[in-house]
Amino acid sequence: MSDAPNDARAQILGGIRRSLRRGELSGEARGAVETRLADPPRGPSVARGQLPQAEKVALFCQWAETLNATVARVGSAEVPGEVSAYLARNNLPANVAMAPSPLLDGYDWASQKMLSIRRGRGEGSDQVSVTGAFAGIAETGTVVMASGPDHPVSLNLLPDTHVVVLREADIVGGYEDVWGRLRARYGKDLMPRTVNTITGPSRTGDIEQAMELGAHGPRRMHILVVRD
Amino acid sequence: MSTSPPKSSTRPRRVALFVTCLVDLFRPSVGFAAVKLLEDAGCTVDVPPLQVCCGQPAYNTGDRATTRAIAAQVIDAFEGYDAVVAPSGSCGGMLSHHYPGLFDDDPAMKARAENLAGRSYELIAFLVDVLGVDKVAARYDGAVTYHDSCSGLRELGVKEQPRDLLGSVQGLTLREMKTPEVCCGFGGTFCVKYPEISNAMVGEKSADIASTEADTLLAGDLGCLMNMAGKLQREGSTVRVRHVAEVLAGMGDQPAIGEPERS
Amino acid sequence: MESTAHAFKANVGHALADPNLQDSLAKLKVGFSERRRQAAERLPEFEALRDRARDIKNHTLAHLDFYLEEFERKVIGLGGHVHWAPTAADARRIIAELCQSVNARTVAKSKSMVAEEIALNEHLEALGIAPIETDLGEYIIQLRNEPPSHIIAPAVHLTKDQVADTFLEHHAKLGFDKRLTERNDLVAEARYVLRQKFLDADVGLTGANFLVAETGSSMLVTNEGNADLSNTLPRMHIVLASIEKVIPTLEDAAVLLRVLARSATGQESSAYTTLNTGPKRREDLDGPEQYHVVLLDNGRSSVLGTEMQDILRCIRCGACMNHCPVYGAVGGHAYGWVYPGPMGAVLTPQLVGVEEASNLPNASTFCGRCESVCPVRIPLPKLMRHWREREFEKHLTPKAVRQGLAMWSFAARRPALYRRLTAMANRVLALFGRADGRYRALPLASGWTRFRDFPAPQPGGTFHARWAKRKS
Repeated sequence: MSDAPNDARAQILGGIRRSLRRGELSGEARGAVETRLADPPRGPSVARGQLPQAEKVALFCQWAETLNATVARVGSAEVPGEVSAYLARNNLPANVAMAPSPLLDGYDWASQKMLSIRRGRGEGSDQVSVTGAFAGIAETGTVVMASGPDHPVSLNLLPDTHVVVLREADIVGGYEDVWGRLRARYGKDLMPRTVNTITGPSRTGDIEQAMELGAHGPRRMHILVVRD
Repeated sequence: MSTSPPKSSTRPRRVALFVTCLVDLFRPSVGFAAVKLLEDAGCTVDVPPLQVCCGQPAYNTGDRATTRAIAAQVIDAFEGYDAVVAPSGSCGGMLSHHYPGLFDDDPAMKARAENLAGRSYELIAFLVDVLGVDKVAARYDGAVTYHDSCSGLRELGVKEQPRDLLGSVQGLTLREMKTPEVCCGFGGTFCVKYPEISNAMVGEKSADIASTEADTLLAGDLGCLMNMAGKLQREGSTVRVRHVAEVLAGMGDQPAIGEPERS
Repeated sequence: MESTAHAFKANVGHALADPNLQDSLAKLKVGFSERRRQAAERLPEFEALRDRARDIKNHTLAHLDFYLEEFERKVIGLGGHVHWAPTAADARRIIAELCQSVNARTVAKSKSMVAEEIALNEHLEALGIAPIETDLGEYIIQLRNEPPSHIIAPAVHLTKDQVADTFLEHHAKLGFDKRLTERNDLVAEARYVLRQKFLDADVGLTGANFLVAETGSSMLVTNEGNADLSNTLPRMHIVLASIEKVIPTLEDAAVLLRVLARSATGQESSAYTTLNTGPKRREDLDGPEQYHVVLLDNGRSSVLGTEMQDILRCIRCGACMNHCPVYGAVGGHAYGWVYPGPMGAVLTPQLVGVEEASNLPNASTFCGRCESVCPVRIPLPKLMRHWREREFEKHLTPKAVRQGLAMWSFAARRPALYRRLTAMANRVLALFGRADGRYRALPLASGWTRFRDFPAPQPGGTFHARWAKRKS
């Protein structure tokens, strides 16, 4: 197998430099872009996400619901009960695939006698998944999922219904705040394999531009916003 | 004096009219309407005799050399006037937005082109934005709809000015189309190079015009007006088509575009 | 795909005579532009974000080599691979070899215009590897053996009934033998059929909306979630992206994301925005074992530093075509190749040659609506005009147009002659029955009078003649 022959690489980079009428960046010019990369400048600040925390939480809930998710605001003791109740309200089976995360393990699932829980990655036959979230974005009602042993990506995608447990403290204003948290958690320039930012259920407008929910990913997204 | 007092005493006095080829050949009344509006607003109007065309046919066909030659001729012809005013957003935009770029390799000509660009205007925007005209003494009994010609709208920001002045015309009501900002399909040589596409576009425009139930269509560019008038008349529509300047100048009683002369 | 851009005029004829297409376009013209307008109005910072988006792309293009190398370094650091493809053929060969290295039988493909550009599906099929389009629109047109007609809504030219017929024809053998009438049933049936194909696929192939140099991540924006299934379930993930997709940092991505979805569909945000960085980590429970990025040039590096460079800012939102009255009249297929609408009218001559695509930059009224909505402020009319200038220089402009222009410009450069000619024209036109105020037919003007009456000149001579009289 050919693994990027060097001449192809040199051909492209050389072509770019010829067109830009310069050689490889060096000196001050290189320093300037390296600095820009090391300390990324932010774009225009979007005012609507820049709010006190309580209002951020409210804005998050408002956008998430506008964009076809459902939201329940609960105390941490109420999380397992709300999951069961949500399943019952929607005539869904009391079987869930759950992310093996310490956050979720902290809730008293044993209180839900009827709820059957499988921990692990998503399977094609799963009806419902329950996962945590790395963050929520108030500006658009978006949940952010960082992959890892505690959060298989397949749980975000395969089931028909995705139940997300999001702590109020993890709701931030905009994308830039998420990037800050990712850098703090994983290190600058380092990322988990996948970061999914998800805004409402899967949808498609591919037939006559009319939005239909449940294209390939979950048809329903229910977000439990948990008080601190 | 039919117009409101000027906003400032430094406003341009000596104004050159850029007649435009289509107005010259097909509808001189638009030129006379423009002269009347400018004179009513206190300007002295001159029509430089050496003017011909702004060069758009060559420019939009990709013939840069001819465009430059014509632009140089226009720059000469309009030297020395306080303002150059065209009853067309398309020709006005050519002078004010496109001429300087033709002379990137000729600093002396570029400076002259920029000088001309800085004092070139579309008629209605000039009346409202520069001269501070906010009403006219005209009467037009009818329901009109106004089409935003593309260059005027998107290059020169002509949108509210004609509507503001039409608001002062007695007897006139304005009925907006659903999409007054969508192109009518004229596009200069486009309409004869791609007649089927142009026809589809103007067909959609005429349907939008009809849905307003207005009896008159107005716009600020004669090319667009001839295109829309031609389509409406081919379809048997009774909508009359006029240049907005004619109505604002109180000259809305003459035969409309494409209508026979009354004997 | 094979270009039919040279047959633009014939394509236009077919498009205008296709009632299903015209029905679909009528919906597109109102839907997309109205939703975009509302989304832009909801975000007061939208115009400032557009300025910033333009600046970010300009900065990146001026340092493209640096950011590509930086991106490569990060990908390799996390265990991924980067492949450089100067041409479409190189990219096809690299991808085929990657698929063969894992004995792939099927490839789950997420919508990629670059894959269309390099005609990847045909190449894989010839090698016995089945590409499966998983974006609903792409899946529909793959079943119908049609090219996409829009860069973000590939099946926008079809009606629901046409989709229903297509599904019945292709899904009956899978047991779905009832013709569906509701959109949600069509979506559900496609979901069911494609789910198994995702689970079985050996390779997932996606495009990328952005490549982030800072982190070595590829960024994908979709509504359906198909790209995410493609990059999570199969054991190999291949990202195919052209070189101008790289951007410096995550902060830059935040700016571009805010203008992308709003410009494209008028959504506040697409449902899925995903960053993929390298293969599955040792402790992960899912994800591909191999992660490859194929960087395609295909002529783009030679556009840098030219008057056409601005087109490389394009983020493929489709707003220009959604707002283009020409696209709205004829749809995407008429343009004859992968990229339709105004951005296609600029990019296609670059990629397939201006001789082949000479009509595209001419088929515009320069109404400027595309530029007015472009999230990265590409001056599309200006770039189309540059193509017209190149065509004129290369003598590709049609002979009749050149001759007419030459005669006109001869006169237009001689004011006295021009005055005499217009006065004469004014009199000659009077001979053709000015009494009606208009003409139903005129010699040399059939392009006009086929569809429209031609208004006659007002009596009394030209403006200049009358002005001279008034002054004397």
